[in-house]
Amino acid sequence: MTMFIKIILLTSLIIVCISMIGIIYRLIVGPTVHDRVVGLDALGITLMAIIALISMVLDTKYFLVVILLIGILAFIGTISFAKFLEKGVIIEHERSNSEHRD
Amino acid sequence: MRKQDNDVILRSMTLVIFFIILTFSFALFFGGHYTPGGGFVGGLMTAAALILIIIAYDMKTLKEAVSIDFKKLLNVGLIFAIGMPFVSMLFGKNFFQHFHTYIDIPVFGKTSLHTAVLFDLGVYLIVVSVTLIIILTIGENE
Repeated sequence: MTMFIKIILLTSLIIVCISMIGIIYRLIVGPTVHDRVVGLDALGITLMAIIALISMVLDTKYFLVVILLIGILAFIGTISFAKFLEKGVIIEHERSNSEHRD
Repeated sequence: MRKQDNDVILRSMTLVIFFIILTFSFALFFGGHYTPGGGFVGGLMTAAALILIIIAYDMKTLKEAVSIDFKKLLNVGLIFAIGMPFVSMLFGKNFFQHFHTYIDIPVFGKTSLHTAVLFDLGVYLIVVSVTLIIILTIGENE
């Protein structure tokens, strides 16, 4: 690895870490729950970016599975929080607005 | 008056993302011998795909779409995980000693078949069924 690519990778790692600190600030002092949920989602995305950059620094391809895994888990967690904030339940036994009702 | 909820985007996206997660879980399961992954992570991803169906739709939809009793699936997985050591004893090996052969399959060519896949299939079925039993039991709070 040349010196130039190493400097670029470390600089972008530092920038992503600074943005992660900003997201954590929003996560701690967020006035409402919705701010914290959006902050948690953005924290997952920046974590994916950090894993991609670290796998380039370590020169391995075996972390690419973890990136996709974190993407799926962040998506499922975010829609679970969103449904809990919207309806109060996450898992319904039967859909409340079926076509035969109303 | 009941507030009408509009989950059209979530429900349409779920139908696409479900198959992507399921394909990824199969890739994790079958690539577990040479790349990261294996039965545990593949089972968790399959369970995540089914949980996505539960969240976007409801439990009745999952029971109509996947008409599997997960307690019976747990038993099948345990039979795979326990039966594999006795299979290797049938072929004159030690208890739990894995072995592999090469078989010419018409489409795939020379393929190596390993008995560790059977044990991993047991782990996969156990993880899927245990996760879904826990989630469905917690969800039944009527």
